[in-house]
Amino acid sequence: MITSRHPRLVRTGQYTALTLFVLFLALPLLWMLSTSFKGPRELVELHPALIPHAPTLANYREALHEHDLIHAALNSLKVSVVTALLTTLVGLPAAYVLARTRGLVPKAGLAWVLISQMFPTILIIIPLFLVLRDLHLTNSHTGLILVYLVWGLPFILWMLQSYIRSIPRDLEEAAAVDGARRIQIVVRVIAPLLAPGVVVTVLFAFISAWNEFFFALVLLQSPGLVTLPVKLAQFVGIEGIVRLGPLAAASLLATVPSLLFFSVMQRWLTSGLLSGAVKG
Amino acid sequence: MSEVASPPQGRGRVFPFARRSRGGAALSATETALLLVPALIPIVGLSLLPLARGIYLGFTDAHAGFQVHAHWNGIANFRTLLHDHAFVNSFKIGLIWAVSVTVLQFALALCLALLLNTDLRGRWIARSLALVPWAMPPVIVGIMWKLVYQPQAGLLSQALWRTHLPGQNIDWLADFKWALPAIILVGVWTGMPQTTVALLAGLQGIAGELHEASAVDGATTWQRFRHITLPQLRPVILAITSIDFIWNFNSFGTVYVLTQGGPGTKTQLPALFAYDAAFKYGQFGYASALGDAMVVVIAVVLSFYLFTRVREAVSQ
Repeated sequence: MITSRHPRLVRTGQYTALTLFVLFLALPLLWMLSTSFKGPRELVELHPALIPHAPTLANYREALHEHDLIHAALNSLKVSVVTALLTTLVGLPAAYVLARTRGLVPKAGLAWVLISQMFPTILIIIPLFLVLRDLHLTNSHTGLILVYLVWGLPFILWMLQSYIRSIPRDLEEAAAVDGARRIQIVVRVIAPLLAPGVVVTVLFAFISAWNEFFFALVLLQSPGLVTLPVKLAQFVGIEGIVRLGPLAAASLLATVPSLLFFSVMQRWLTSGLLSGAVKG
Repeated sequence: MSEVASPPQGRGRVFPFARRSRGGAALSATETALLLVPALIPIVGLSLLPLARGIYLGFTDAHAGFQVHAHWNGIANFRTLLHDHAFVNSFKIGLIWAVSVTVLQFALALCLALLLNTDLRGRWIARSLALVPWAMPPVIVGIMWKLVYQPQAGLLSQALWRTHLPGQNIDWLADFKWALPAIILVGVWTGMPQTTVALLAGLQGIAGELHEASAVDGATTWQRFRHITLPQLRPVILAITSIDFIWNFNSFGTVYVLTQGGPGTKTQLPALFAYDAAFKYGQFGYASALGDAMVVVIAVVLSFYLFTRVREAVSQ
C-alpha cells in the first residue's frame, strides 16, 4: 500500500517501529515471567538477568499452596460466575427491546449506556454502600454481585443489542408470517443465531468481575471473603517486596483466565464492540 | 408446531398483506414493558436513584457512621474544596495524568494501528501482544510495573545499568520528580491496546479505492494520510479519545497498587483522593462533592474538546 521513492528505507523504518512496539508491550511481561521462574538466590541478586540461570517452578508451587490465595481465587470464581450469568439474563430481554424497537426507549437506553460511563465510581459507591448497609449486604458476596450487576449492565446491554441487531429482522418476520408464535420465534430462530454472542457476553461479564478491584476493596472487609485482586494487592502491601517470586507467579496465574478468553475471542469481541460504534 | 413446518409460500399467499405489515415481529406496548422490567429494576433502584442520591450527598455534611444524618449545607463542601490544597493538587495531577495518558496513548496507538494495517511480516506478534494489557487485571498491571520500577534490581534500573546510562539508582515510584511520569507510562501501556483496536477497525473501514485513486493522482503518502485517512477516521478518533479521557480521569486500581498516591501526594489522582476521603476518613458528603466536581471537570473538558473538533470539521 505504501509507495514511496525510498521503499527500502520506509520498510526498515516500519520494521524498527514495529519492533519497538513489541518490546514496549512485551518487556514488562517477560520481566514478570522471568521473576516467577527464579529461585530465592537469583531473586536477591544485585544485577538480575532477564533469563533465569536455573529456572524453577518453586514459586508456582508455593503460590498454589498459599491457602489464602486459593481461597480468594475461589471467592473470585464464585462472584464472577454468578455475576456473569445474572447480568446476561437480566440484560437479554431489555437488549432485545433496544435492538428491535424504534423511538424513545432505545434512544433513552443507549443514552444511559453512554452517560453511565461518565460518572466516577465514588459517586455511585457511597450511596450504594448506604443502601447495601441498610439491607445488611455490605461485606457479603451478594452485595458485591449486585454492585457488579449494576456496574456491568450498560456495557452488557450494548454488546447484546449489537449482536441482536446483526440478526436480520426478516428472519423473524418470515417466521411470524408463517404463523410461528413469539415464543417459537425466540427459541427456534433467534436463540441459535444469538448463542455465540451470548457466550461472548457471559465470558466478558465474567472477566470484568474477575478483574474488578475498587468495589471489592470497598465492600469486603472479612479476610475470608475478599476476592483475588484484593488479596494480591494486600500481598504487595504486606510482604510483596520480600516474596517477589510467588507474587509474580500468582499474578500470572490470576491473569490466565482473561488471557485465554481474550485470545480465543479476539475476533468476536472486536466485531461485537465495534459494530455498533463504527458503522452505526 | 405443525404451522412452522408447513411450506412458507402457502401461508404468504393466503395472507398477502401479512408480509408487508411489520405486525408479526413488532412488539406491543405490554410486551415492551415486560421485557424491560428485569433490567429496569436494578437500573432504577441500584443505579439511577443511588446516583441521584450520590450527587445530592455532595451538598450535605454526611459522615460515615451507623446512622447517616445528612443535612443540606448547600455549596459549603464546594467552598471548602476550593480552599483545600489537597483537592486542588489532586485535580491538577488528575488533569496532567488524564491528558498526557490520553494524548500519548492516542499518538502511539495511531502509529501502531497504521503499522498493523500494512502487510508487514510478524505483525501478528504485536497484534496478539496488544491484547495482554487489555486482559490483565489492573491490580496485576500494578504489580508487574512495580517489578519493572523496583530500585536497582528492577528491569528499568538494570537496563540503564547495562547501557551505562544515568538514573540506575533512582527509586522511580518513590521519587518526587519521577513518580508521576512513571505512572503515566504505565497508563499508556495499559490503555494503548483498546485504542489501537478501535483505530485499526476504523482504518479497515476506509475504502481502498480512495487511496488508489489519489495515488494515481500523484498524492504522496503524507498527503493521503492527511487528506483521506485522518478525515475518514475522525468519528472513531473523537469517540475513542473521549472515552479514554473519561476512563483515565476516573482510574484507580493500578495507581493504588503502584504508589497509593505517593510519594507524599505526588500521584494522588482524584479517585484515590475521593476514596481516602470517603473510606479512610468517613467524609461521605465531602467525597460526594469531590465526585460531583469530577463529573463537572469531565463534562467541561469533553464539551470543549468535542466543540472545537466539530467546529474544525465543519470549517474544513
